[in-house]
Amino acid sequence: MLPFDFEYYRPETLKEAVERYQFLEHQGKQPTYFSGGTELITLGRINLAYADAVIDMKEIAECNMKEFNGDHLVLGSALSLTQIEEANPFPLLTSVASEVADHTARGKITLGGNICAQIFYREAVLPFLLADSQVIIVGPEGIRNVQINEIFQEHLRLKKGELLVQTVTDRRFIGAPFFAKKRRQQWDTGYPLITVAALKIGQEIRLAISGLCPFPFRSEEMEVYINRWGQSLEARIDGALSVLPKSILDDVEGSADYRIFVLRNLLMDALQALG
Amino acid sequence: MRRREGEETVASRTITLNINGEERNVMVRNADTLLYTLRGKLGLSGSKPGCLNGDCGACTVNVDGWPMKSCLMLAVEAEGKKVMTIEGLRNAPIQQAFVKEFAFQCGYCTPGFIMNCHALLEQHPNADDKTIKEWLESNICRCTSYIEIEKAVKSVLRGHSGGS
Repeated sequence: MLPFDFEYYRPETLKEAVERYQFLEHQGKQPTYFSGGTELITLGRINLAYADAVIDMKEIAECNMKEFNGDHLVLGSALSLTQIEEANPFPLLTSVASEVADHTARGKITLGGNICAQIFYREAVLPFLLADSQVIIVGPEGIRNVQINEIFQEHLRLKKGELLVQTVTDRRFIGAPFFAKKRRQQWDTGYPLITVAALKIGQEIRLAISGLCPFPFRSEEMEVYINRWGQSLEARIDGALSVLPKSILDDVEGSADYRIFVLRNLLMDALQALG
Repeated sequence: MRRREGEETVASRTITLNINGEERNVMVRNADTLLYTLRGKLGLSGSKPGCLNGDCGACTVNVDGWPMKSCLMLAVEAEGKKVMTIEGLRNAPIQQAFVKEFAFQCGYCTPGFIMNCHALLEQHPNADDKTIKEWLESNICRCTSYIEIEKAVKSVLRGHSGGS
């Protein structure tokens, strides 16, 4: 049971949601947008998250969109990961999302909730980083369309009162060859260790990683080394590992050295799979 | 001024939930989980509290035909949806199969497992082994009756349970 009370609103339009947020904030309250809400419910229970008003986005049509618009796949932020898996419009996303938590929990965890979460892993963002997707964001200043690699720097850098509405992905990335693998501490259902997702566009391999650092990331520096086709696999991987971000996780789930060991093997698997 | 018990505030309200085919009015805090509401306010104690963190699956119910960990859902989110708890299943094929295959030991996880299996059979009546495994990984049995539970699901898929 959550140890604090909050107001609950379920707007049906983006305008209503944004205005409600502003109204609550002007009243001195701490509102939050709520999609699956799993983070607020689980972390709130142990006093690691708090809100005194939640704005549930699940009734907003734009946040539930799941369709191709011309050559672009539009996915609403309130779609559950299970809905995305069942429809499978973006196989790399399906592959990555299907490893988040467990099947039943994924019926509650949403795309937007995972991307905007506080937890380290946030694997659902990896395919969008690789595919140079656009994100549609709405807030007090209106709607904006931003390339995800510009706005996702360790986390999605939303301004106060903004919410993620949709991701928009070019069809040419949807059918590209990919690799996605999640290694856990133990078994198939243990806590996550490292996830590597890779996409091959022509002769270019793109690489995004979750679980190595306290944030998911795509590294163009690592991609430079990974794409040195004239070199051995080992040399390409050694080069990529030489430009890792500095903040490697070192915790009870896995030491920094062990995480890098696992990453090295995952990179080998990825390069062997993608050529 | 002291608030009277049952009085609506900005943080609580009376909602109508469709549970096991019945409309039930209940006063909830917005912060109450569906699990807490089912057990503490509606007397439906079949859904079990385990981890309360979305990990164990003991509290699984069905919402609009899909499995849902009721500790991860607010009661107010369930308004307008059809909730089915273990009390709403009456001699369903998967229940018969659990008995036939002896797919439980202490029984604490059983309602959650059954609700997950029931949804699986409804959503994927031709589920393959990969799908069965993926769905069942959502629930934990500390007595480790996993083999028997898998047998129970497969017996219903193959139409061997004799259920109606």
